[in-house]
Amino acid sequence: MVPVTYYITLSAVLFTIGALGVLIRRNPLIMFMSIELMLNAANLAFVAFTRTFTVLNGQIFVFFIIAVAAAEVAVGLALIVAIFRTRHSINVDEMNFLKG
Amino acid sequence: MNFLFLAPWVVFFPLLGLLTNLIFGGRMRERLIGWTASAASGFAFVVSVLLAWSLWANHGEAASWTIGEWIHVGRLAVDWTFRVDSLSTTMMLVVSGVGTLIHVYAIGYMHEDVRFKHDPGRYRRFFVFFNLFILAMMILVSADSYLMLFVGWEGVGLCSFLLIGFWYEMDTLGRPSWANSDAAKKAFITNRIGDFGFLIAAFVMFWALGSLQFDAVFAAAPTASRAMIVMITLLMLVGVAGKSAQIPLYVWLPDAMAGPTPVSALIHAATMVTAGVYLVARSAPLYTLVPEAQFVVAMIGALTALFAATIAVGQYDIKKVLAYSTISQLGFMVAGVGMGAFVAGMFHLVTHAFFKALLFLSAGSVILGLERGHHAMAEHAGHAGEHSKEVFDPGDMRNMGGLRKTMPTTFWLYVVGTLALAGIFPFAGFWSKDEILADAFLEGYTAVYWLLTVAAFFTAFYMGRQIWMVFFGKARHDAAAQAVESPRIITTPLMVLAGLSLVGGVLNLPGVHRLTEWLEHTIEVHAGEFVLSVALISTVLAVAAIGLSWLLYGRKPLRKNQADPLRGWLGPIFSGMEHKWYVDEGYRALFVNPYIAAARFLANVVDGRFWHDWFHDKVLAGTYSWLSTVALNRYADQRGIDAFFNGLGEATRRASGSLRRIQNGFVRSYALSVLLGVVLILGYLLIK
Repeated sequence: MVPVTYYITLSAVLFTIGALGVLIRRNPLIMFMSIELMLNAANLAFVAFTRTFTVLNGQIFVFFIIAVAAAEVAVGLALIVAIFRTRHSINVDEMNFLKG
Repeated sequence: MNFLFLAPWVVFFPLLGLLTNLIFGGRMRERLIGWTASAASGFAFVVSVLLAWSLWANHGEAASWTIGEWIHVGRLAVDWTFRVDSLSTTMMLVVSGVGTLIHVYAIGYMHEDVRFKHDPGRYRRFFVFFNLFILAMMILVSADSYLMLFVGWEGVGLCSFLLIGFWYEMDTLGRPSWANSDAAKKAFITNRIGDFGFLIAAFVMFWALGSLQFDAVFAAAPTASRAMIVMITLLMLVGVAGKSAQIPLYVWLPDAMAGPTPVSALIHAATMVTAGVYLVARSAPLYTLVPEAQFVVAMIGALTALFAATIAVGQYDIKKVLAYSTISQLGFMVAGVGMGAFVAGMFHLVTHAFFKALLFLSAGSVILGLERGHHAMAEHAGHAGEHSKEVFDPGDMRNMGGLRKTMPTTFWLYVVGTLALAGIFPFAGFWSKDEILADAFLEGYTAVYWLLTVAAFFTAFYMGRQIWMVFFGKARHDAAAQAVESPRIITTPLMVLAGLSLVGGVLNLPGVHRLTEWLEHTIEVHAGEFVLSVALISTVLAVAAIGLSWLLYGRKPLRKNQADPLRGWLGPIFSGMEHKWYVDEGYRALFVNPYIAAARFLANVVDGRFWHDWFHDKVLAGTYSWLSTVALNRYADQRGIDAFFNGLGEATRRASGSLRRIQNGFVRSYALSVLLGVVLILGYLLIK
């Protein structure tokens, strides 16, 4: 059986990659993917602990996270489409017109 | 039948009349207003008659009727109690009886007066004041305590003020001026001096005798300290001198003739001015305790009688002569009650009310007749351009003459009044004046007797002078030539008064003494004796005086612009009489001018410069202004509170200015700060 440490390490790596992706990339589609990556890193950690401790709470959380992620992506993609329609660009660095 | 329960209605009826005219008078016709007021006074007279009848049926048993509590403080207990005894009913009958007749007369008189003075709106006001006067006078005479009497006393003073200044914006000739209003103020202020004496007397009375109620006071008086009684009676005399126009406070009464003639007749001849005499008669039990105070009262009365009579000789105004005559006759009454001859004083009060009201009202009729004549003259001359400029005094006897033919009714009425006043047998004045003289003679008041006898001589003389000047000879002014007799509403009340002046003596004929028996129930009396020598002397003197006046004024009637023949005879003495012995001037120099100077000093220096300019402007306003502009505004407000809040705002502004740079609009930098935040929190949690 693969020790839980491996899963956690993988989860951390995935999360780090996701976080860096959000911080570094300018394409909102990529940024969404990175966010998905972070969410799934959390899912992986949940699932791994569920297996180790044989309780179902983690599984339930995972389902919630998947549902929320799906909703978030739907809203996010809709926003991106709307922004593209008005500004003909989806570069996040150009979306700074709400600053103080 | 007992009608004593009606006692409060002597006050309520005038009150009703006054309220009716006050509330509904604006919508009532002139005549109705006048008759309402007269009816109110007439009902009060009916009540007075019923009260007198009940009293007589009860054998003069004094009764009182309380309608409510008034003041109950500590030992002081005063109620609104109406006292019905023979003295108060006598006064009630005179006040309401003569008052009603004068009310009726005023219906006619005021109609013409307001017409000549171009302000018909005053008609109602006059009758409201008149009813108010009857009301106050009734309170005065029906009071059961000195305090309630004082309420009436002040009330009649107020009405006197209001009615003297009835035409307050003009002088007696109708020219714009404050002369009438000044006369009203003079009367009010002079009376105030007297009232001050009365008030102090009441205070001393309460202090020394423990009550203000008549019976209680009289019961306590014999055991009280003599000095206190002397003090009370003499202070009361100050009040009497003010109200009844005695030396030294008589000066207001001649000026009071500024009021309409019915006012002079009602207030300043028949009723109000006799209040002082009534007060002394009412306080008889106090005065009889202290003969020295009685002597002072009698002397003041006698001196006033003579002094005023001499002034009356030198007057030209028909009403001024009567005014001084009134002062003189009041002197007779005060002398009478002062000597302890209370009945004689009251008797003279009653008869004097009859004939002096008659004389005043007749004089009013003469004045109206002349005004009518002047009016007709002005109309005759077409557009009265030249006449309106001429100042015509309808009261000046030098403008009259020959009115016997143009105003015959008034003439005969005036003659009746004159004979009564001069004391000619068998008119009312003869009996009453004679009783005073006889009492003075018998009681040993020799000085008083001679003063009064000489005054009686002067009385007959100035009345004779008046008759000759006004009614005989030829008219000295066109207005007098065209004078018109007064209408019936004016002459009818005069006829009633003339009848009373003629037969008024039967009230207390020698040997019959009805009034004496009547008043015996209330005050200590002694039946006045008829002294033939006294009666003869006074009658002879009166006839001689009238004869002398005929020699001077009747034989060779005064012509237009001719100097008074007495001036040639008496020279400077006549000037003195004409100028009222310069008493007004003396008072002005002695009291009025120093008072005005003191008032000016207080107003200009003490109030103006010290309080206003220095204390208020400099000290108070200066301090306040320094406090507000410098201390509070500049330092506390601007540099303290303002600075704090401005600083707060500035700090917020600066802080936000630097913080806004963080919000740069780059999503990734926000994400980075979120990440850093998470790392920080997690780091903290881990380290902890």
